[in-house]
Amino acid sequence: MNKTRKRKQKWTLKRTGGRASFWMFTFLIIAFFSTPLLWLVFAPFDLTPRLNIKLPTLSFNNFHEMSQNPYAIHSLLNSLLFSVGTGLLVICVGAPASYALSRVKFVGRDLFLYILLLFSSVVTGTAAMVPIFLLCLNLGLINTFYGVILVMGGGLLPAAIFILKDFTDSTPKSYEESARIFGASSFQILRNIVVPIIRPGLAVIFVWAFVGAWGDFLVPFILIRAPERSPAAVLMYSFYTEGGQAMLTTLAAFALLYTVPVIVMYLYVNKRYGFRFYGGIKG
Amino acid sequence: MSGFVEVKNLTKIFPNGTKALDSLNLSIEQGEFFALLGPSGCGKTTLLRTIGGLEQVTDGEIYIDNTEVTYVEPGDRNIAMVFQDYALYPHMSVEENIGYPLKVRKIEKGLRAERILTAAQALQIQNLMDRKPSQISGGQQQRVAVARAMATRPNLYLFDEPLSNLDARLRLEARTFLKQLQRELGVTTILVTHDQSESLALADRMAVMELGTIRQLGSPAEFFHRPANLFVASFIGSTPMNLLDGKIVNGMVHVGDSHINVPFATKSASEGQNVVLGVRPEYVSVSSPQSGGFTGVVKVLENLGTHYLVSIDCNGLLVRGTVPDGEEPTPGSIISLLPDPKRTLLYDKKSGDLI
Repeated sequence: MNKTRKRKQKWTLKRTGGRASFWMFTFLIIAFFSTPLLWLVFAPFDLTPRLNIKLPTLSFNNFHEMSQNPYAIHSLLNSLLFSVGTGLLVICVGAPASYALSRVKFVGRDLFLYILLLFSSVVTGTAAMVPIFLLCLNLGLINTFYGVILVMGGGLLPAAIFILKDFTDSTPKSYEESARIFGASSFQILRNIVVPIIRPGLAVIFVWAFVGAWGDFLVPFILIRAPERSPAAVLMYSFYTEGGQAMLTTLAAFALLYTVPVIVMYLYVNKRYGFRFYGGIKG
Repeated sequence: MSGFVEVKNLTKIFPNGTKALDSLNLSIEQGEFFALLGPSGCGKTTLLRTIGGLEQVTDGEIYIDNTEVTYVEPGDRNIAMVFQDYALYPHMSVEENIGYPLKVRKIEKGLRAERILTAAQALQIQNLMDRKPSQISGGQQQRVAVARAMATRPNLYLFDEPLSNLDARLRLEARTFLKQLQRELGVTTILVTHDQSESLALADRMAVMELGTIRQLGSPAEFFHRPANLFVASFIGSTPMNLLDGKIVNGMVHVGDSHINVPFATKSASEGQNVVLGVRPEYVSVSSPQSGGFTGVVKVLENLGTHYLVSIDCNGLLVRGTVPDGEEPTPGSIISLLPDPKRTLLYDKKSGDLI
């Protein structure tokens, strides 16, 4: 009797200990990831932002200071241009490409798709930056918007095609065959039947490409020389005083403005289409 | 050339080497309701799809309305097809679905609306026009698919198992409806089905296919009464035909212990020939034991509604017959089943052909 009670006590103790360490661990993780987010919310509205979290002395001074920077607002517009351009390029090229790959069977198609996917990360990766720079230099694409859009889009396309192919695969073939019998051309079938059906997939890919281009630093940093053409991600890198100190005032306000479009976009697409992966991504 | 649809020496070999059609010839008359019947993989759907232009032919020619269409695009053949899954576009309303082919063919808006309405009225789906395909029942979806085909005013309808996605009761309704519609429109129609009762009920003429060739061609009545070979005999009929191995001895057919007269229809049975005796359960009558025919113990009684299907065991040989409701024998009793000599058929054991 006594023995069982003791055993029970020991067990309860062990369980409580386990629980406590679990919660501690969870708390640590939450703290680690939420601290920067809290800073992002509080610091822009603080009169004297520091690299710590405190309740702000409410002020819009940081935003005023940021607007004094000649490139700040313009860089956000540049970012928008890059991201929308990249998103559109990926969709407009990815949809027909994935449709063709889904419908035309040829020897080594799957291998081709996997190689595409493999090289996807290489194009926009650090390793390829020197050849990409030289290529753009020789093609006269340095300092142009479409140079950045082409490189970014090129890097994202293989993965986009790979994912979109899964969506086009899941549209029944009979839809297209019936349209063919009624006399529709391949382009009409793509536009009137396939695209509307895979629209959720296209939305997902657009957001993914948009966010990828919006957050990318390396490609525009290398290909864009003029500050008035720099996107926000690159411009942020220049918010330093002459003494090499980070300008936390401008940076805090700018960082907040930089995150807003992405969040708005996620919310909109999620409301409109919902981030479900339908038949997509099977592995 | 005589038929409205002419298929000449049509061969289709798929890239993986499967021979789906083997130099097939077929002629379909204007206004005819023609059914292609066969087990899965027999090539019936491939034949329909080559006529529709969805499959490239390997060899041979196809003519529709005296025009060669072998290499003509499907959209230029003036045909309409109803698919097994109906292929209704999920993002379009019923009205847009019916109107889409007309839109593709650049038919002017006013005329388009008129044709959509006519087709919808013919199929009694006017009240569903604003719904999406996912919001209507299977039977209604089928009607929409037929309306869409009808609105294009084709010369030829191709139906690929249009009834197989419906439940049993609805299928009967849709069957009657389809036949009536085809009569009214008078447009040549080709139907593919694996359901023999469907093809017997609907077709003016039909063909049974096996391994890319036609095994028999004729009217449903011919199929039912005189199947040309054992393959067709075993395929046609809702209760399977009795097919019993036998031998011609002394001018009689010896099947097991039973001796049956050579059927009236048999033209060329030679002494000693190995044969298969075929008789439908419907053409077998019950009589008291030892009065000829097959005598055996009643093993199984199956209720078919107005009739009972009786299976008797004559020394290991299973023979079936149908008996009207109320006259069924008790299981375990001994009875004789007499094949109707006018309805009995003999097949050559070796070739499987009717003799």
